[in-house]
Amino acid sequence: MIAPVPADTTSAGARNVIAALLERHTGQQIGAGRAWRIDSALKPLLRAHGLDTLDQLAAGLLRDGDAALKAEVVDALLNQESSFFRDFGVIEQIGIAASQMQAAHPSRRLRLWSAGCSTGQEPLSIAMLLDEMHRDAPAPDICATDVSASAIQRARSGRFSQFEVQRGLAIQRMIRWFEPAGDDWVARPELLARVQFRRHNLVVDPALPGRFDIILCRNVLFYFSPPVRRQVFATLAGALRPGGVIVLGASETVIGQTDLLEPSTAYRGFYQARADTPLRASAHG
Amino acid sequence: MCRVTKTCLVVDDSKVIRKVARHILEGLAFTVREAADGREALDACLAEVPDVVLLDWNMPVMSGMDFLRALRDSDLPTRPKVVFCTTENGMAYIRAAIEAGADEYVMKPFDRETLESKLQLVGMH
Repeated sequence: MIAPVPADTTSAGARNVIAALLERHTGQQIGAGRAWRIDSALKPLLRAHGLDTLDQLAAGLLRDGDAALKAEVVDALLNQESSFFRDFGVIEQIGIAASQMQAAHPSRRLRLWSAGCSTGQEPLSIAMLLDEMHRDAPAPDICATDVSASAIQRARSGRFSQFEVQRGLAIQRMIRWFEPAGDDWVARPELLARVQFRRHNLVVDPALPGRFDIILCRNVLFYFSPPVRRQVFATLAGALRPGGVIVLGASETVIGQTDLLEPSTAYRGFYQARADTPLRASAHG
Repeated sequence: MCRVTKTCLVVDDSKVIRKVARHILEGLAFTVREAADGREALDACLAEVPDVVLLDWNMPVMSGMDFLRALRDSDLPTRPKVVFCTTENGMAYIRAAIEAGADEYVMKPFDRETLESKLQLVGMH
């Protein structure tokens, strides 16, 4: 006899409490169409805390305001999907743009910001590529941020599983920039030293100090509501150096989202600040 | 419209691994052929050169490394890409494989994403 499929015992209220917690802490929304993600992402956390249902978790979150538990729930809900050289064509184009910017300002140190870097594969890919392309140029300043404390902690460790290190990373690059550590692979110190990782919330924290030639913010903004997205676009646009560009995910655009950015005239698929966008004053130039 | 599929020769003495690899590769629109050791693989390449070879290291009759050296010494009309796929995950093995002419290297166990990514890296997907 086929066992009956258990009914969904989680109340909509529990999911709403959890989704609201995520939005309050990160600005990210989980719409009704993706509510399933709450259940799947929080399963390990429920087990770890000896809870049977999301309702029990939601009740706990409402009752005692445990900050550590809230942080744990938020962290578990964040999508940390990433891989090396993801969308290789885009990464290559970033390398070309960086070359041209460096050629235009040979003595200047390029500055890049990987906003929403997850566990670090994106900025590390950029660091490897730029090192290979510009051996004689000043080493670029690469800042990488994410709202997830655990993702940043992992990124700083430079430690990746065998599965993670193989996805997108050519074997020649892997043996040049990584070394084995038990079953994992760890980025060599000279690679890790090229990226400054820090926790940063795009919605509530002020922009990073200084201005940037290239800002990557790929597959992050679609989690935000339109007003929050507009606010983040303003933060990013204000952090661009003159001539700088913003790189979004393949399915993301600025069209209809902000008046501060427009398609780049120099680099297809990238975005630049409109001429009338006020640039933030900066001591870092 | 006629679409020419790429061919992959899967060389592994494990029937299970060949079956798993075949399943993944056919899902990626490859035409798959199989060989159980290096000798069989060499014969298969001489009969018809594949676009890419997915190659185990430790096999009876002829190892993956001996096959690769023989393949690179041969005068086949085209140069197939070779992706090692092995449990030999040490740095020395990887360097030796590259030295002998391997284009990519998959450390077992592998999954669909890993294989797909490596095939993209050698321009085969």
